[in-house]
Amino acid sequence: MEPINQFTGTVCPINRANIDTDQIIPKQFLKRIERQGFGQFVFYNWRFDDDGNKREDFILNDPQFADSEILVAGENFGCGSSREHAPWALLDYGFRVIIAPSYADIFYNNSVKNGILAVKLTDEEVETLLQKSSTPGFKLHINLEEQSVSDDSGFKAHFDIDPYWKKMLLNGWDEISVTLTAEDRIRQFEERVYGKQYS
Amino acid sequence: MTKKTVIEKIWENHVVSREEGKPDLLYIDLHLVHEVTSPQAFEGLRMNGRRVRRPDLTYATMDHNVPTINRHIVNDPISKTQMETLKQNCREFGIELADIDHPDQGIVHVIGPQLGLTQPGKTIVCGDSHTSTHGAFGALAFGIGTSEVEHVLATQTIWQKKPKTLQIKVNGKLGFGVQAKDIILAIIAKFGVNAGTGYVMEFTGEAIRSLSMEERMTICNMSIEAGARAGLVSPDVTTVEYLRGRRYAPQGEEFEKAAKTWLALASDEGAEYDKTLEIDTAEIEPQMTWGTNPSMGSGISGVVPSPDNFEREADKESVRHALEYMGLESGTKLTEIPVDYVFIGSCTNSRLSDLRAAAEVAKGRKVQDHVTAIVVPGSQTVKQQAEAEGLDQIFINAGFEWRESGCSMCLAMNDDIVPPGKRCASTSNRNFEGRQGSGARTHLVSPSMAAAAAVMGRFTDVRELAGVNQ
Ligand code: SF4
Repeated sequence: MEPINQFTGTVCPINRANIDTDQIIPKQFLKRIERQGFGQFVFYNWRFDDDGNKREDFILNDPQFADSEILVAGENFGCGSSREHAPWALLDYGFRVIIAPSYADIFYNNSVKNGILAVKLTDEEVETLLQKSSTPGFKLHINLEEQSVSDDSGFKAHFDIDPYWKKMLLNGWDEISVTLTAEDRIRQFEERVYGKQYS
Repeated sequence: MTKKTVIEKIWENHVVSREEGKPDLLYIDLHLVHEVTSPQAFEGLRMNGRRVRRPDLTYATMDHNVPTINRHIVNDPISKTQMETLKQNCREFGIELADIDHPDQGIVHVIGPQLGLTQPGKTIVCGDSHTSTHGAFGALAFGIGTSEVEHVLATQTIWQKKPKTLQIKVNGKLGFGVQAKDIILAIIAKFGVNAGTGYVMEFTGEAIRSLSMEERMTICNMSIEAGARAGLVSPDVTTVEYLRGRRYAPQGEEFEKAAKTWLALASDEGAEYDKTLEIDTAEIEPQMTWGTNPSMGSGISGVVPSPDNFEREADKESVRHALEYMGLESGTKLTEIPVDYVFIGSCTNSRLSDLRAAAEVAKGRKVQDHVTAIVVPGSQTVKQQAEAEGLDQIFINAGFEWRESGCSMCLAMNDDIVPPGKRCASTSNRNFEGRQGSGARTHLVSPSMAAAAAVMGRFTDVRELAGVNQ
């Protein structure tokens, strides 16, 4: 995955709580067997009506927001199904950073593993950003090393992130390779519990 | 000795590596695989020249896409590719597969327990959020994403931060006409869809102890709808007796030995939890959801609420949006809402006892003419057992369709779809927008409430139907 540290991008607000993975990517698009190409389907039922026409009132259909790279949303973002197609679709569409007060656990893990930085800010901070970003062209600067989010007019917020996830994101590590460096411990566990060697 | 919860005991038994500043590396005892969330994981293995470390601990089936009528006509070429891909991957990597023709085929969370693969004390993962179902056995079972599927295939381990523990205590005895589904819906309505985020839940209390294994599965199945990746019940005699004689469970003397270990895993009396929530069964009547997430629900005697009943602006907005999507007016009695479709099935409610409960209501009654009602058993085995008892005939005589096993209308990835604007009484677990079809309106209920809705043509308090004795 791509490492991420300092990142500046335009922001798109979706002021809803409990945005579930069925909304992020509806199930009719889960049938592909690749990881790429899901961006065109992100928020499909909000972007398009039943006949496939664009819904004018959805923010990503506004040309001034269509190219946003940072998404700000309400609490419990990504709840529901474990489909990793959700972060794949967000990333493929161009979102590298998400900001919300909280995330569903599985979605959060899936995001980190694909190099998406899911930032947790307080309700008030998110509220402020939802308001500020309703003006098109609003930009935020993210600094993962410093764990900060700031804009050009005095907004600055600190966010917490698990040190392990932070390291993974900063380095863009492939987790399986990291784990296999501990293979001797896996082997010891297997010998102790399963009484056998498997590699 | 410090007192421990079942969650802590299982966790400590599976730590492969623990280091400061890192999550724990946990060993996985059972990895279940299905066709939708696995293709990219196998592809990842191939690209990196990796193999599956423990094919013997991996078991696959196809359930999400499979047709439930005309079993072999998969109309959607992409669904077909996905099923074919799973077959090839299992062959290539040496994984046992219950494919569409196999007598063990079924919804992954129905067949794991049925085959005895699911056992107390195991760590179980699957690329599916309802893996929490297996927690009913006192296993630590949770859903994972595709990158994690690949990770488990390659290493048989997973990095996990030790979760906080949440006890959900259900006090009292279940009232007449109240089913396991009503307990979990009531819990979610009371505590919200993220009450369990960051936690593993353990369900305790008198009401839980008295439940059968199938009922416990219904409850643990929906822990994820309350935000908890895993939900479990401490093993007890009910657990042990369910597993006795199952094909993949230990046999003979080995079984007795295992049973002792399993029972010892139960949470110690007086063990502490990070948080405890309580609910009294006196509060729980048959439930039904009216909105677009599982917490938007209430007892059947309730009405559709008004956005003004909610305090926070974000909630008001969600409710407004939900009512618009659901085509409902505030103040409408739930029992006045008509239904067009009824779906009895899914990993929440497609086991034999669920079908029996629904059949009891359907028996001698007729599905209303304007209602399409389908019953989809959770597995081929459930289907056969139900047929041996004549449940299929009861359903067919009442005007229900009797189908082959699979996920079906729970997520409508095959041809079982609720049309736009139509209203469905569903025994599944998610009432999200578009879940059962674009524009489809889902109301979550128990199997007997679903059957009652079918025969009455509107949502009905099942306790009011004569001859229903539970
Ligand atoms: S029945 Fe529904 S919830 Fe269960 S595994 Fe299948 S699609 Fe998922």
